[in-house]
Amino acid sequence: MASDELFVSGHRGCAGCGMATAVRMILQEAGPNTIVANATGCLEVMTTGYPETAWKVPWIHAAFENAAAVASGVDVALKKLGKREGVNILAFAGDGGTFDIGFQALSGMLERGHNITYVVFDNEAYMNTGIQRCSSTPPYASTTTSPAGKVIPGKQGRKKPIANIVAAHDIAYTATATIAYPADLKKKVKKALELNAQGKGPAFIHVFSPCPTGWRYPSEMTVELSRMAVETGIFVLWEQEGPDISNRKVSCPPKEKRKPVEEYFKLQGRFRHLLKMPDKIAEIQKEVDEKCAKLGF
Amino acid sequence: MGVKQVVKGNFATAVAAKLARVDVVPAYPITPSTLFPEQISQYIANGEMDAELLLTESEHSAMSAAIGASAAGARVATATASQGLKLMSEMLFIASGMRLPIVAAIGNRALSAPINIWCDHSDTMAERDSGWMQFYAENNQAALDLMLMAFKIAEDHRVLLPAMVGLDAFVLTHTMEGVDVPLQEEVDEFLPQYKPLYTLDVKNPMTFGSFGTPAHYMEFKYQQWEAMNNARKVIDEVFKEFEEKFGRKYEQVSEYRTDDADIIFITMGSVSGTARAAVDRLREKGIKVGAAKIVVFRPFPHERIREIAKKAKVLAILDRAVSFGMSGPVFADISGSLINEEKRPMLLDFIIGLGGRDITFRDFDEMTEISMKTLEAGKVEEPVHWINLRKELLEGGA
Ligand SMILES: Cc1ncc(C[n+]2csc(CCOP(=O)(O)OP(=O)(O)O)c2C)c(N)n1
Ligand code: SF4
Ligand SMILES: [Mg+2]
Repeated sequence: MASDELFVSGHRGCAGCGMATAVRMILQEAGPNTIVANATGCLEVMTTGYPETAWKVPWIHAAFENAAAVASGVDVALKKLGKREGVNILAFAGDGGTFDIGFQALSGMLERGHNITYVVFDNEAYMNTGIQRCSSTPPYASTTTSPAGKVIPGKQGRKKPIANIVAAHDIAYTATATIAYPADLKKKVKKALELNAQGKGPAFIHVFSPCPTGWRYPSEMTVELSRMAVETGIFVLWEQEGPDISNRKVSCPPKEKRKPVEEYFKLQGRFRHLLKMPDKIAEIQKEVDEKCAKLGF
Repeated sequence: MGVKQVVKGNFATAVAAKLARVDVVPAYPITPSTLFPEQISQYIANGEMDAELLLTESEHSAMSAAIGASAAGARVATATASQGLKLMSEMLFIASGMRLPIVAAIGNRALSAPINIWCDHSDTMAERDSGWMQFYAENNQAALDLMLMAFKIAEDHRVLLPAMVGLDAFVLTHTMEGVDVPLQEEVDEFLPQYKPLYTLDVKNPMTFGSFGTPAHYMEFKYQQWEAMNNARKVIDEVFKEFEEKFGRKYEQVSEYRTDDADIIFITMGSVSGTARAAVDRLREKGIKVGAAKIVVFRPFPHERIREIAKKAKVLAILDRAVSFGMSGPVFADISGSLINEEKRPMLLDFIIGLGGRDITFRDFDEMTEISMKTLEAGKVEEPVHWINLRKELLEGGA
């Protein structure tokens, strides 16, 4: 790794951690004039075991549910002290810290219009505490609190459409991204930070972050899984300015025909039980088809 | 000298924040503290105060933003009470653990359930282990003065701890009293700009709020312990400097007619004035009573309590909060202070004035009677007494 990296190696993340790769890419784009407010979760725990740190930018962690609020405080303080110019403020949180416990603080930050880019690293469960279900967990995924049993086949209920909900706050910019498409991810980070710098208010990036430990797949397949999610339409890459869904632009749509969702499920232990349940797979395939049709591909 | 104004307690704390040139005020309204953010917003709207008012969506986020702002190098103040302080509770411990000198005015109010908006000390007492310094105001002047001093004490590099100033709900927060409001020049001399040791600075990147394993965690906590102990000396220095500059004297514990007293009432907050008046009445009847008011509850003023304890045969401790299954918290802490003393007075705990119930001379008569009986008996039969309970409401229910 180049020594001018702002997120350096030596952290204690699992091999193949999708989130760690995403963070490195984001900071490469954001550059050194960046302050990060980080929620509790894998990212914080693996990068800051005192007295070591993986962060070469100013970084603050306070608790699980409040990255957006801490970042808001940093924002107004720098403004008051005349140090805000030319500084990016990023809030980093997991899906638990965003979809669930941190949702209120996030909504508050969005409404107040801080020039902050909030990034959620979505590994679809509470990984730091051992793979518990979250409102981000997709239907039927097996987690330690939504196990696939004889009667109940994994998580019940939907995946909360967080990016739609965030965009509905009428913010400057909402996007989705994942590490298999680094140029797209970086372009979106750049756009978000530019809008912040122009005083257009908050931006939000939903980063799909495969987790070999929680999803039960071999660690060298992280990029492949990230790509497979996009190629099946499970996770659609898009960007949108403002709240109007008609402004949504799909980025990197699959060049060939979309792959069947089963291809994606097959790669992961958390969906193993589904492979014997064709009706459930068909149900999800139908949902994905409908979603993609609405987005025009 | 300052300007005399007749103001509510909340106004006194807000004007203190303005005089302290606070940079950031993250806040969320709650009775009885709401006037604080209202007054700050008025100052800002009128161009009288150059600060960022951050109106968050909850107290949890208000304290979280306070942490972010303080770590970024700002002087930060907020205000809350009761349920709001409870919602902040998680972040209070993090603010002190991160050694951020945030100052909060707390309009001391009872906790739910049942929901109640009136005065007692349950809210701040439940945060006595949060690592925040705690000051209790007797009147609106003290609320203003203690706020100003709290910044100076909290920001001292020997301390670097957050501080809360308690002022009793309604009795102080909403009651008009004459207050000497210091001039800005005087306050500027007394309280220079906040000089943080470390900040979130892109030119000098640092990691705040890291993960502490068993190999390091205890040393972090020990340093907090030391800082709190250091605060005792710094508090005395700042109280003295304040007295020299503004002519108003503060002590960690102040005494009234204690020298030859058999019984000493121990109070905190607004009831202290009633206690002194009660002492005068009881002295006229020839009963040897005195009163002592605790102004600084964290760090706990062990030495002063031991000095006062030497003078009395009975300490009659008023607790406006209760630790269920134990006693009142002030009683418990005073007991702890005295436990290794060779000679100590008998201690009585009076749970009183919860949820805004008035504390009257009649209550002081009752506490005196119980204290005198204890004196005569030479031993404590029952340490904890609930004063002015409406027995008719309790009987016949079963
Ligand atoms: C108030 C609070 N509740 C619960 C926890 C325990 N906890 C710490 S991290 C975490 C899950 C984190 O999940 P997520 O935000 O998805 O991040 P990940 O670890 O998956 O990256 C939980 C439940 C906590 N630290 N604080
Ligand atoms: S559990 Fe998952 S998210 Fe956490 S460090 Fe390991 S791979 Fe990354
Ligand atoms: Mg997660």
